[in-house]
Amino acid sequence: MADPDELERPPQNGDATKRDWGAALPQVETDPIAARRLPHQPPPKLYEKRKAVHNKRIDGPFRRFKWLVMVVTLAIYYVTPWIRWDRGPYAPDQAVLIDLANRRFYMFDIEIWPHEFYFVAGMLIMAGIGLFLVTSAVGRAWCGYACPQTVWTDLFQHVDRLIDGDRNARIRLDKAPWGPAKAARRGAKWSIYLLISMLTGGAWILYFADAPTLFVDFFTLEADPVAYMTVAILTGTTFWLGGFMREQVCIYMCPWPRIQGAMLDEKSLIVTYKDWRGEKRGSLKKSLKNPDEYGDCVDCLQCVAVCPTGIDIREGQQIGCITCALCIDACDRVMAEVGRPRGLIDYATLEQCEAEAAGAPAQPAWKALVRPRTFIYFGIWGAIGLAMLFALGTRSHTDLTVSPDRNPPFMLMKDGSVRNSYTLRLRNMEARPREMEVSLAGLPEGSVMWTDRIGREDAAPSQTLTVPADETRVVRAYVVVPAGSDIDSFRFVLTSLDEQGESDSEETTFSGPGD
Amino acid sequence: MSDKYRIDEPTGTEFVGHEWDGIEELNTPLPRWWLWTFYATIAWAAVYVVLYPAWPMVSQATEGVLGWSSRSDLAEEMSAADMARAGTFERIAATDITKLPADADLMGQAISGGAAAFKQHCVQCHGAGAAGYEQYGYPNLNDDDWLWGGTLTDIEYTLIHGIRWEGSDETRSNYMPAFGDIFSRAELDAVTSHVLSLSGEGQSSATGAQLYADNCAACHEANGAGNRDLGAPALNDAIWLYGSERAQVSQQIAYPRHGAMPGWSDKLDPVTIKMLAAYVHSRGGGEFEGDATEEVAPEIETESADEVAAAEQVGDDGRS
Repeated sequence: MADPDELERPPQNGDATKRDWGAALPQVETDPIAARRLPHQPPPKLYEKRKAVHNKRIDGPFRRFKWLVMVVTLAIYYVTPWIRWDRGPYAPDQAVLIDLANRRFYMFDIEIWPHEFYFVAGMLIMAGIGLFLVTSAVGRAWCGYACPQTVWTDLFQHVDRLIDGDRNARIRLDKAPWGPAKAARRGAKWSIYLLISMLTGGAWILYFADAPTLFVDFFTLEADPVAYMTVAILTGTTFWLGGFMREQVCIYMCPWPRIQGAMLDEKSLIVTYKDWRGEKRGSLKKSLKNPDEYGDCVDCLQCVAVCPTGIDIREGQQIGCITCALCIDACDRVMAEVGRPRGLIDYATLEQCEAEAAGAPAQPAWKALVRPRTFIYFGIWGAIGLAMLFALGTRSHTDLTVSPDRNPPFMLMKDGSVRNSYTLRLRNMEARPREMEVSLAGLPEGSVMWTDRIGREDAAPSQTLTVPADETRVVRAYVVVPAGSDIDSFRFVLTSLDEQGESDSEETTFSGPGD
Repeated sequence: MSDKYRIDEPTGTEFVGHEWDGIEELNTPLPRWWLWTFYATIAWAAVYVVLYPAWPMVSQATEGVLGWSSRSDLAEEMSAADMARAGTFERIAATDITKLPADADLMGQAISGGAAAFKQHCVQCHGAGAAGYEQYGYPNLNDDDWLWGGTLTDIEYTLIHGIRWEGSDETRSNYMPAFGDIFSRAELDAVTSHVLSLSGEGQSSATGAQLYADNCAACHEANGAGNRDLGAPALNDAIWLYGSERAQVSQQIAYPRHGAMPGWSDKLDPVTIKMLAAYVHSRGGGEFEGDATEEVAPEIETESADEVAAAEQVGDDGRS
């Protein structure tokens, strides 16, 4: 409230200037709160406070499908590290293992070394194109059903329902002042959140070490500190993202909805409110009174109540819609109750919607899948997959690399022959020790080789070496060429002495006094 | 006080009430999160100053109640590394050097350890590639020509006692007379020709052969195969410690140079010496126990280099 004394204070230094341009302005109220709401142009607000989503329980075909997907995805996540896979005595028996310490990646019968990282890159590319493929075929189905954020948010929302009750009870509790009852419920709920989060983070580390051993070590406090740190971080992020951020991750944080915004077109399957059928919406009572004026939508707001991201699908396609189809379940149920055909909200493409609005009959949703874009994505995706399978099936499990000594480049021997030294790396990618033969090709008669572990008296044109299971053996090799030979290069040839008979060779230089 | 709540029209921000020549200050406070982060860093700094070395004093910084220092961290890491190596060191110490090659794993460890020690103690003369320097007479350790023997035992002995080293009574030592004061110029030429002819270079003469037999064969053997017991180099091979040019050979006969190497028993522990021996042995010229005796034995008896080679061949075949 204005204080007359203050308004009429005596002129002060600088007042004249203020008054000059202040006079042109509308009268400024002096009440501090009201002053902020004056009719000047306020800058647009960039921040909108989150409205908590209390989605209502719903049952229906899509909800059941969502249950199924949740069970399958969670089962895959929690069970996979415990699957055993016999690889013999020289390799771990865990079916899926990312062995960072030994730099190996095991997936059932496939073992990947660091130099084969292109397989992982290929899988990432396939995952990327797979998302394109899914988007092209069934819209944002990944977001709606399979994305971990969706699955865990769904899980946490079921916890909400379990502890606090359904939508209305939760809204009431949210508004209620803090007291012992509310504190007890919040404590119980957050404890369950925390338990789920710890299980989530705890299962993650099992992919990186022998699961049964690590499981025991973890609880006996013998596991590596990095295991505890990883669990702590993932527990924290799951608790925060699943328990509190929820749909804000999809709407504000995740880039994928934005990319999808560019990928969806009029032929993409989306969850649509068929406004030509629903509008003008009105209560059942009103629409029964004036059937010509009102559409099928009885404005019961059930589609909004069940939405896990808290949007109103009737406003049309929007970034907040993850196409989980729970509103379809809700609307179908209401339509059945009021005796109107189902599908007021349904999976449809925008093209279909236009056709239907113009009077064409509704099309089954699967027809939206059949279109060139989907086939092209599938073709690319499949081609990469087949190429990788081919590469995986035909890759050699043997490899040889050679690096000649440069200091000294060559060595003159007593009898005038010339010796060169090489570091050989013999790679054995099989999970068993293998005998391998290293031989010389392109050297004159009488040239011999030996290694740092045997004497020169055992020198021969080829040497047989044992390469340990799943390892690269580094061998120092000496090659002697008789006096007077003039050669610049030759090949080392590596052959595995087993039924596979794999071989590899590498050309290298030979230096001598004449060079 | 009314000024306090006046609003700046274009921005919608209130004035703070400060004004200077018509320019007024708007109240745009720092974001709260920034301010609290700032306060947190101040609090952290206060804690840090107490816990860790912080204030520079005259000779060193304040120590901090945790007593942490990067130097003690290093000392801990070094002692941890020493502890980790201790087992291997003990095994090497307990293993006789002749038995070392039988344990492939231990031999590998010894070679690695020797390579590290070699870089610290040996490269100054023998070079990073262990190839020596011909111009200074530092021997090449990669080849198969050994002055005093190339088995692990021989190399270890050389490392312990040195060559012409006053620190050990058992040092490997020999002295070749300076024939420049004994031979005439023509005689020196004749002997040089004969020495070169031993490895197939040029022609010898009766004078040269006679002079060699009288003066040189006692140590270097009649066929020039040398004698490792005396450290007399082989003259019938392609390797020359002080150069293969006629002038260099002649110089060495007239006024020989004698290289010296310190023994390492007073500077290095026995395990390091063992590892160095393993490393030098692994450079490609290493001989295995038994080689030397089998090679030397026929050399003493026989006259011709061909026969020596034949004897070596038999020896090799017998082993393999």
